[in-house]
Amino acid sequence: MTLALIDYQAGNLHSVANALRAAGCADLVVTADPDAVARADRIVLPGVGAFGACAAALRAVDGLVPALERRVLEQGAPFLGICVGMQLLATAGEELGRHAGLGWIDGTVRRIDVAGTDAKVPHMGWNDVVPQAEHVLIVPGEAYFLHSYAFDGAHVVATTDHAGPVTAAVARDTVVGVQFHPEKSQRYGLALLERFLAWRP
Amino acid sequence: MTVRARVIPCLDVADGRVVKGVNFVDLVDAGDPVEQARAYDAAGADELCFLDITASHEARGTLLDVVSRTAAVCFMPLTVGGGVRSAEDARALLLAGADKVAVNSAALARPELVSDIAERFGSQCCVASVDARRVGDGWEVFTHGGRRATGIDAVVHALRLAELGAGELLVTSMDRDGTRDGYDLALVRAIADRTEVPVVASGGVGTLDDLVAGVTEGHASAVLAASIFHFGQATVAEAHAALAAAGVPVRAH
Repeated sequence: MTLALIDYQAGNLHSVANALRAAGCADLVVTADPDAVARADRIVLPGVGAFGACAAALRAVDGLVPALERRVLEQGAPFLGICVGMQLLATAGEELGRHAGLGWIDGTVRRIDVAGTDAKVPHMGWNDVVPQAEHVLIVPGEAYFLHSYAFDGAHVVATTDHAGPVTAAVARDTVVGVQFHPEKSQRYGLALLERFLAWRP
Repeated sequence: MTVRARVIPCLDVADGRVVKGVNFVDLVDAGDPVEQARAYDAAGADELCFLDITASHEARGTLLDVVSRTAAVCFMPLTVGGGVRSAEDARALLLAGADKVAVNSAALARPELVSDIAERFGSQCCVASVDARRVGDGWEVFTHGGRRATGIDAVVHALRLAELGAGELLVTSMDRDGTRDGYDLALVRAIADRTEVPVVASGGVGTLDDLVAGVTEGHASAVLAASIFHFGQATVAEAHAALAAAGVPVRAH
């Protein structure tokens, strides 16, 4: 079972690779090659930094986005997006201008609104993952969040609370995205990655 | 519940070794930062901080190796500071496995370093570190371990770094550092109450009550400490329990 961890020069690849290996992934390729994506049994899209820069970096790799869409949306390979890798699933992001996302899940990524509260931005630290819908990968617990923008849209399966509800996870068919960092969430995060590796949707 | 107050053990590293001794009994090599990081990971620390106090160019390779080996075995956020002079320095640390990079001295001469890093890698990974001493009614930025005054107002400087894109402010009282007399709560609060980004209180923790005061009176989002954890005076779990007893949201153990 080959897992493709997408390297588009925007992710914290090593942390995610380390965590996937610790969760039991024996066959991991770090790649941006569309052919490798076409052969992968599972795909993980990491991401840190600004939405627009990440979206541009993903599109800058020739043939990568079409390969992801064929493998995931048409052929149903399990997919996990992490942090900005989850946000990129949205229709658009509003960080430093409006940028198109992959559009796999309807929604917009907007700045977290904490006006009138003493909550801080970035939303940084451990917070609850509260399931809002049944999903085998998403269980209640505490995970590490680190972001200033959040997903607002359809297919939300978990939220957290930061001056109001904030999307913690989205899911649709074989696509799952988590706003928090499983690779930095100690036991909770590694257990989520183990479930992803075992997931047969 | 809302986002938890974070408890952050801090390790001073020089030439790839932890400078202050640690009395975790089960460590094979108590001077190895990776071993200590592993112990804190197992103890449920919310994050870990490495400060490279050599910060010479010669020691960079050693530090990157330490960060890389730590990131391979620790699944919690790691902040690394010391000697970051350029966005390229930050990039090297992030690629090695740091989640956040703390900039200090270089941001005094060139505060725009903070925006360089924030624009390339995101505010979330850019920590601005400010070392301050009380001078008259306010605080001044000091360098060289608190020995050299700069004439720069510490609160104004910290707030400017946040405006330039720092996603977090690490505020250290050089008056209190190493004294065990508690944080300079007025300093921490003066900054925390005037910025939207999280503030980490640092310098002077002697008891668990000091950690609690950092949040309840200093209004910090996170509390950093070194010796009380390293010397076994308190565990991370006890720190969380003390914060919880004071009504501060913390992570469950």
